[in-house]
Amino acid sequence: MMGRGRLAAWGLGLAALVALPFVYRDPYHLHILVLILIWSFAYTSWSMMGRFGLVSLGHGGFMGIGAYVTALLWNHLGLSPWIGIPISMAAAGALALIVGYPCFRFRITGHYFVLVTLALSGIVLQVITATRDYTGGSLGYTPNRTSGNKLLALQFDDKTTWYLIALGVWLFGIVVWHWVDRSMARYALEAISEDEDAAAAAGVDVTAEKLKITLLSALMTALAGAIYCQYQMFITPDTVSGIAVSLQMVFAAIVGGLFVSLGPTVGAIITILLAETLRIGFGTQAVGWDNLVYGVLLVLFIIFLPKGILGSLLDRLKPQRKVPRAHEQEAVQVARPGA
Amino acid sequence: MLEVSGLVKRFGGFTAVNNVSFRVDQGEILGLIGPNGSGKSTIFNMLSGTLAPTSGSILFAGHEIAGLAPHRIINRGIGRTFQIPRPFRRLTIFENVALAGFYGQGRHSRAKAEEAAERSLAMVGLPTDRHASVDGLGAAGLKKLELAKALATAPKLLLADESLGGLDEAEMDQAADMLRNIRDELGITIIWVEHIMGVLMRVVDRVMVLDHGEKISEGLPSAVAGDPRVIEVYLGTDAETTQAAAAEARRRAGG
Repeated sequence: MMGRGRLAAWGLGLAALVALPFVYRDPYHLHILVLILIWSFAYTSWSMMGRFGLVSLGHGGFMGIGAYVTALLWNHLGLSPWIGIPISMAAAGALALIVGYPCFRFRITGHYFVLVTLALSGIVLQVITATRDYTGGSLGYTPNRTSGNKLLALQFDDKTTWYLIALGVWLFGIVVWHWVDRSMARYALEAISEDEDAAAAAGVDVTAEKLKITLLSALMTALAGAIYCQYQMFITPDTVSGIAVSLQMVFAAIVGGLFVSLGPTVGAIITILLAETLRIGFGTQAVGWDNLVYGVLLVLFIIFLPKGILGSLLDRLKPQRKVPRAHEQEAVQVARPGA
Repeated sequence: MLEVSGLVKRFGGFTAVNNVSFRVDQGEILGLIGPNGSGKSTIFNMLSGTLAPTSGSILFAGHEIAGLAPHRIINRGIGRTFQIPRPFRRLTIFENVALAGFYGQGRHSRAKAEEAAERSLAMVGLPTDRHASVDGLGAAGLKKLELAKALATAPKLLLADESLGGLDEAEMDQAADMLRNIRDELGITIIWVEHIMGVLMRVVDRVMVLDHGEKISEGLPSAVAGDPRVIEVYLGTDAETTQAAAAEARRRAGG
């Protein structure tokens, strides 16, 4: 249960976040904030299953499906994103079930699960590139500008509107995170991540519980991809899909903190600011540097700060949280063979 | 209540359980003994759904349950403990048991699950404090937690797998009494797999002895402990215990 103080802090913080664009109007800074909010939502979606040891490198695929399916339906069939987004989410969800069911049914866990999802990322990327007649391939894709109703097309020119949409989506992600955290499903998933047989002996339908959280995570990630596409009005396979995006999600969630609701948000702040600093400071020379920095930082974090920045900070502020959570280190072990 | 017939389990060319049939009646405690590798755990794993039998039938309350998934079997009313306790260390003691209470009883309500958790923890004598960590439990405590988890699923039949390994004598007696209390007070039928014959013979109504995957003896503890085939199986490894148990059982039967 949330204490009164915490609830008040959340309320105040939210009010400040909602008020921000009406007080502060610098478009570049608002743009960065929108990006941070959208990616925070994507990272939170990833961590929904990542925190239970279900490390997926396939989420770039779900995000790509969200973005591309929405944009393709709009351009080719004139379908409003209001319909296109649910369809794209359903498509990502279906793919998650198709890949997840055999994995969970036949107990593909740990490193092998990571490899299967890695392949999923690669396949989606290949499909987008191979169908370049429709998707534009690696050159990228742009949803047609609407000449009609902007709300129907989900296309807005001003940053304030986008900021509020992104804030709403981000908040939705945080609420879902807390909802799962306080549900019985969390007990089941924690149990499954430790010992599937023992969880089954407690009556847990292991396959079903894993499928449910995977489905939820995939649906949310597809939504993140679609929102990103609508905001940027330009997508390429590399920015919304593929292995690099998947790795970035893992990196951000682990660096920020996998086991606290705002951890992925902190991770997004760090990754976006890092990418922007490199872009502005070094220009085109620095293309790809952010991925190099991510890689090095990821190794350092998994070794020295497995709970991430926010998780470790909270631990330090409140040394005796309800239960000693040393075990939480184990969840990142899958990314750290032999540890 | 449980009727097993012609149960067979092969792993490749190795036959772990060969044509075993037995029945368990409502309210009974059946002891299942046998040396290492005699097939006790394999039978348990088939009853609880962890393994699917190669052939044979398992009727529980009149329904065939052979080959069902573990969670389905638990929801039908067969709970189990593991030989080596398998607590969930990421959860508190209370959450461990509440989890079993929730999913083991068919996911009714959180309140019902927490009520079951409190009842089960009290029954085995563990603290019902919601924040107590599993890390504070010793060997005996972990066994109790294992039992509490199984009880929280509201079983009609409890499969207790070698509950006493790793305990000292006083703890063993305590645990044996607890199994009997569970039967007496909650009316739960029990199949108890055990290495340690002495304590088991004191509590069970009937014993079944396995060797190399086959049933070699079955009956009242006093009769089984005197069975030459049983003594032969245990001879060299556990002969003294067997004979002591036989003497004890005879004494109890006589007085």
